[in-house]
Amino acid sequence: MKPFDQVVAEHGVIVWQVCRAVLDPADADDAWSETFLAAMRGYPNLRPDSNVRAWLVTIAHSKAIDQTRRIDRAPRPMERAAETPSTDGNPEPVDEDLRAALEKLPPKQRQAVIYHHIAGLSYAEVGALIDSSEAAARRSSADGIANLRRSYVRGTKR
Amino acid sequence: MNTDDRDLPLIKGLVGGPLGPSTADVDRLRARLAERADAEGLLDVAYRIVDSPFGALLVATTTDGLVRVAFEREVHDTVLANLASKISPRILPSDRRTDDIASQLDEYFAGNRRSFDVPLDLRLVVGFRRTVLCHLREIAYGTTESYVTVATAAGNPKAMRAVGSACSHNPIPFVIPCHRVVRSDGSIGQYLGGPEVKAALLALEAAT
Repeated sequence: MKPFDQVVAEHGVIVWQVCRAVLDPADADDAWSETFLAAMRGYPNLRPDSNVRAWLVTIAHSKAIDQTRRIDRAPRPMERAAETPSTDGNPEPVDEDLRAALEKLPPKQRQAVIYHHIAGLSYAEVGALIDSSEAAARRSSADGIANLRRSYVRGTKR
Repeated sequence: MNTDDRDLPLIKGLVGGPLGPSTADVDRLRARLAERADAEGLLDVAYRIVDSPFGALLVATTTDGLVRVAFEREVHDTVLANLASKISPRILPSDRRTDDIASQLDEYFAGNRRSFDVPLDLRLVVGFRRTVLCHLREIAYGTTESYVTVATAAGNPKAMRAVGSACSHNPIPFVIPCHRVVRSDGSIGQYLGGPEVKAALLALEAAT
């Protein structure tokens, strides 16, 4: 079994990307820490033939979703400025509308999009994670992207 | 149609321009992870790389104490892989857990320290080798003993070869002073870090 340090070095960036897909950078940092702490706890018992990257991506996605729920429960100083979109030409690094659209996707589509397009897992790996065939995973991802495109285009003022 | 190409700008929007955190971000996150893992009792092996006059040294501690000091020529990644299989794969770099031994090694190499004051974890050594290493800890700074003397002290005067083997497999060199064991004819003998390192250590100790 590899030293955990090496696991962090190999997969740290992907885990952060999965967290960042639904979170702000600061919250993504928190979800990243929670992910690797949970992983470190379970790591010695991981089966030797496990797909470590897929395992971490699943943990990361669930920690990121936990984090969004925590944020939703927390009182906010003011409502998000969604009603008054910025009109200057510089978009945020992560488009808020796009992220909101991602969060509204049906779970399987959202997971397929994140796992495949952001974490870089193959459709076969995605299928294993979301309990679908490879073909169904591919379809979920394509449907997710199509839905994203629709809601995203509708939501933006261009 | 190739949807992946068409979707690339959309996907890039999800994770920001550069697709992920910077190296500095990852380093900061890793340091914070080590702190939290330590606080939660998950950090079974903490390590750091220490600069020395004899190249980079890897020092590793468990919750019991210092468990390993490794020369560069042992290949640090290999050493970490061994620690993962023999002790625990829960390994992260941690400055806090290795501060004491790192500063004591610095002082020793500068000639300002004659003995080490850190708890040791000898779990990597068993049997006769362990008896030998326990005796080595009693050889005073600036003095030497022959392989025969050490073998006799460890209870088996004929076991000179085994003493040599115990020295060459010493998991905690410097701190357990296997460099103070020399041949009866006065020649310096072998050393895992290289005979030139052994000579330099004996010269350092003779001069201070």
